[in-house]
Formats: sequence, structure tokens, C-alpha cells
Amino acid sequence: MIKRLAFLAPILVLGILAIWFTLGLQRDPSRIPSVLINQPVPEFSLAALKGFDRGFSNKDLMGKVSLVNIFGSWCYACLAEHPFLMQLTKNKVLPVYGIDWREQDRTSGPRWLKRQGNPYLLVGDDPKSRGAIAFGVSGAPESFIVDKAGIIRYKHIGVINQANWKATLLPIVQKLRQQ
Amino acid sequence: MLRGLLVTFVLASIIWVPPSFAVDPNEILEDSVLEGRARQISKGLRCIVCQNQSIDDSDAQLARDLRVLVRERLVAGDSDQGVVDYIQSRYGDYVLLNPPVKGTTAVLWLGPVGFALIGIFGITVYFRRQKKLQLAGPAAGTEKDRSS
Repeated sequence: MIKRLAFLAPILVLGILAIWFTLGLQRDPSRIPSVLINQPVPEFSLAALKGFDRGFSNKDLMGKVSLVNIFGSWCYACLAEHPFLMQLTKNKVLPVYGIDWREQDRTSGPRWLKRQGNPYLLVGDDPKSRGAIAFGVSGAPESFIVDKAGIIRYKHIGVINQANWKATLLPIVQKLRQQ
Repeated sequence: MLRGLLVTFVLASIIWVPPSFAVDPNEILEDSVLEGRARQISKGLRCIVCQNQSIDDSDAQLARDLRVLVRERLVAGDSDQGVVDYIQSRYGDYVLLNPPVKGTTAVLWLGPVGFALIGIFGITVYFRRQKKLQLAGPAAGTEKDRSS
């Protein structure tokens, strides 16, 4: 009897592997788990956008739970996300910082913010991806929740909207505030 | 013969694609030693956007910016490992085209060896048994032959 079962073992192994790999196929390979979670924000220092007083550096992210958003005027998903970020700022939910990533020229970002409104407390100009690389970004929009000590606690890939804000991001922010 | 050559040539010309260089001439460092190191490092780093290309091969803008960053850090005096560590600390092991041997990747590296060992074990057991049967088998068989 046991000998008979031994012949079934390869089939069983195959079955388990088949299930595992099928599940693997459902995963989105562009969602790379961030190694920066629970790590301090890497050092970066970005210049001000044209017409803005101040740039944005990692040193600005101290003392408050905040949101860092990577965007660009070329990014359609960012356009879809923008009204919600405006709402966060308008309702004083938390400070929102922006990294304006890879603009064609120095006027595109400021013009876009003028047209769509500016939800950012500070914005850094990032033509050479230095800010984006510091955060290990692969696309836009991506957002990070940073705690009071300047430690990255959560990475959100894609558009933030009412639904995922309520379900995922806001609870994290509230928990971090209590610490 | 001639036709064969012609067919070979046509097929080869379809398959053989001239290498295209993603590296922009104005990215290239004047110092050829540093440039050589930069190329070597870039070949081992995965392009995060295109994923199955190295940043040396990729035309993606992020790959380009990473190549420039690699060169800047080399010029600033970083060691090869220092540059790789810098990028790895932000993008994780995923950015390395050659995954490092460590606890979490042990299955990846040792798995094939493990399966090979299981296979060798299985084959050994099988042939040992076969041998035993052969030693015992023919004797029984000849007796049968005789009786028939």
C-alpha cells in the first residue's frame, strides 16, 4: 500500500507546484516589495520648482506623520489622483509633500500645478530621478507614509482614492500618530 | 547546396539582430577604466521598469538616470560594491540580476541540488532493487522453463 502511494508522490508534488505557480501568475510583477519600509528616508535634496521659494529634502520630513507623493505632469494617473490629494490638504488631514519627477522642461511642473491646484506643502524638482531613486520608485504615482521620526512606514503604488485611503492608508496614519 | 546556404542566410538574417546600444554617447565617461567599471555594474543591475533587461540594455528613462547615477558615484570615488550597495539599499535584491546567496534565497540556490540528490537517491534505490530481483529472478525463471 505504501509502495503504491510512493508512486503518487511525484503527482502530488506536481499538483502542489502547479497551484503555487498558478497563484504566482496572478501576482503583478511591477509591484516590487519595498526594502525601505521601516527604514529612515534616504538622503535627498531637491531644488525648488521654477517660481517656488523652496525645494524639498529628507530633512523636511521630521516631526509629523506625512505623505510623500511622486508625480509628474506627464502622468495621467497622477491627474486622476490629484483631486483627492487636494482634498487631503484642504481638510488638513496631513502634510503632503511632492516630488515632481522627470518633467520635460522646468515649466511643465509649475504650469500643471497652477492648472490643477497645488496640494503640496513643499515640492522638489526631480529632473534626474534622484528623489525617485532615493525612494526606490519604479513609476508614478507612488506615495509613502513617513512617520514622525522620518521613517518610511508604508508604500502605496498607484492612485490614492477615497476607497484605498479609508481602507488602508488612513488607519496606518492614525496608528502612527498615536506612537 | 546553394539553396541550403541561401536558406541559412535568410534565416540567420531574421534571427541575427544587430546589437543596439542603449547607452547614450553623452553618458559615456572620458576615463575608459571608470567607463568599463560602469558598464560592468550596469550589466548586473535590473531595470525596474522593464524588469527583464539590465539598465545597460534598457532605453527606459529610469534606467538612463540610474546609469548616470552609477557613473557619478564612480567619479565621486565609490567602489563598485559601494555603488551596487547604494542602489540595492533602495530597490532591494530585486535590482540585482544575479540574486545573492543568503537565507531567503537558499531555496533558489540549493533547491536544484536538493532535487538532484533526491533523483540520484531514487535511481540508486531503483537499480539496487532491480539487481536484487535479477539475482533472485532468473533462478526461478529457469525452473519454470524446465517444467514446461
